[in-house]
Amino acid sequence: MGNHSDGSPNHSGTVATAGQNEVEKFQDPGLPPHRLRLADTDPVAAKRAERQVAILFGTSVIGTLVFLVAYFAIDLGDDTSIATIRTQNLLLGLGTAFAMLGIGTGIVHWAKALMPDHEVSEERHAIRTEEDRQAAVRIVDDIVDETGIKRRPLIRNTLLGAVALAPLPALAIFGDLGPRPDNALAHTMWAPEGDKLKRLTRDPDGTPIKASDVTIGSAFHVIPEGLNELHEGKLNEKAKAVVLLMRLDPDSLNPSEGRENWSYNGIVAYSKICTHVGCPVALYEQQTHHLLCPCHQSTFDLTQECKVIFGPASRPLPQLPIAVDAEGYLVATSDFREPVGPSYWERDEHERLINS
Amino acid sequence: MKALSQKRRHPLAAIALLLMGLLLTGGLYAVATTVNQAKADTTSFSASDVEEGGKLFAANCATCHGMGASGTQDGPSLVGVGAAAVDFQVGTGRMPMQMSGPQAQQKPAQFNAEQTKQLAAYVASLGAGPAIPEEHLLDGKGDAANGGELFRVNCAMCHNAAAAGGALTRGKFAPALAGVSAEHIYEAMVTGPQNMPVFSDSNVTPEDKRDIITFLKTIEANGSPGGADLGALGPVSEGLFVWVAGLGVIIAFTIWLTSRTS
Repeated sequence: MGNHSDGSPNHSGTVATAGQNEVEKFQDPGLPPHRLRLADTDPVAAKRAERQVAILFGTSVIGTLVFLVAYFAIDLGDDTSIATIRTQNLLLGLGTAFAMLGIGTGIVHWAKALMPDHEVSEERHAIRTEEDRQAAVRIVDDIVDETGIKRRPLIRNTLLGAVALAPLPALAIFGDLGPRPDNALAHTMWAPEGDKLKRLTRDPDGTPIKASDVTIGSAFHVIPEGLNELHEGKLNEKAKAVVLLMRLDPDSLNPSEGRENWSYNGIVAYSKICTHVGCPVALYEQQTHHLLCPCHQSTFDLTQECKVIFGPASRPLPQLPIAVDAEGYLVATSDFREPVGPSYWERDEHERLINS
Repeated sequence: MKALSQKRRHPLAAIALLLMGLLLTGGLYAVATTVNQAKADTTSFSASDVEEGGKLFAANCATCHGMGASGTQDGPSLVGVGAAAVDFQVGTGRMPMQMSGPQAQQKPAQFNAEQTKQLAAYVASLGAGPAIPEEHLLDGKGDAANGGELFRVNCAMCHNAAAAGGALTRGKFAPALAGVSAEHIYEAMVTGPQNMPVFSDSNVTPEDKRDIITFLKTIEANGSPGGADLGALGPVSEGLFVWVAGLGVIIAFTIWLTSRTS
């Protein structure tokens, strides 16, 4: 093939053995003998290969027809069932796949079986010559010389200044991507508005929950009163405020000091947002009183104020202090006493702020 | 007969015989189980039902649940669990429990519809509890869209968004809901069997429960026209399929592209 390892010590690519004048020479094995294909010698085989290629192209035609028939013949109206839409999607996908695959495989098979297969070797050319290098250096020198950047420092300095300042507008534009979250993560919709305590309401319809509705063993998925009436940022608020409400035997709860009046007759409310990475922890086992996070199997024990008993979560789920109002509905007596959800940079600072 | 005896040494004769045998036993079994599950009128109980149920209870359930269903160390008290709980637990074969374990497993029902009704009548007579649901709540003609939303809020985290079931802690699991009768779905919601929370009528109204059942029956009837759903379990089974089958196809194409034709 190439002649760059012809053994001469003045050429690069030489393989020299240390301490010896003998130079080990790499023998060019040359090309393997050309083997004729079946289609080259046997006209029957050639005819067969020709038919195979035609069949593959034909498959492509059928695929395209399947697509067109599925697209036009399956009529999608307002009352179309999901099943019909999915059937059409399946046929569109299969049609396109076979339309493309038929052409591709057909061409490859054609090239491999029927087109001439003489082997060609191409010499590798030198990667860099001294003249090319010199020419490149000359071009750069010419540029520097002709721009006169060395002789005209005023131009050079103003250019540097302009380039340095040009990215500044981008800062302003990126600044508009949104306000800093500040302490938005530390507060939820549960905070009382003036004297009005927020009622606990059912997800999704937002009807308030009476304490007497919550029987032992029940689990309610809860959103704060007024969430459904929000016009903006509803999902953001919901993501912070969702709560799971459960009722157990009051004797099995072991409230710590300061939390004695956070529950009502064995009814407790805990944030549904996992303290690990924020998945909704809603898999409640009513006999073991375990709450399981479906993402990474963090398990919280309801009888120990949602202490983590298994898995990667690092903190218990935040508890929502609840009570009953004059009409018997459950209300939140305050916001969560710590930021809900996973850790973030300013979390400790926010927790101190909430409790100060 | 002659033709039959001539063909009896045919190489496929053994396979044909085996198939016939399997079909026969399978058919008989299917008939037997449908007879067992045939629905009796379970909404009204007579005094004789209660009496017969008491006898069945003493013979089959009292070992764990105690005489008078007052509970022992091995089983909870059944006073006040209602007829719905009995119809669910006994009707799906979960009770009587075969062995202790993380949770009672579904198995072929041990009592027929008549006996289940009598047991339910007996337990219902011990204390007020959820009754067996009325027929019009189980017709599957509610609002499937509303049912779907309620299902995703209240049920999907354990039972999977496609109702394919899912794992819980320490060997427990939420079962798949395809093939479960509307009556049993309803009873599970009102009674909260085992570790399932209770969804009482004050939480999810009877009409909402009807919608949820409608949703479940709708997605079950729709099947999976998009091809095999791989258990509807999400990234695990789908990922495995793509890594094995998808990459396998790509590797096969690569080998084919670079190989010589004969």
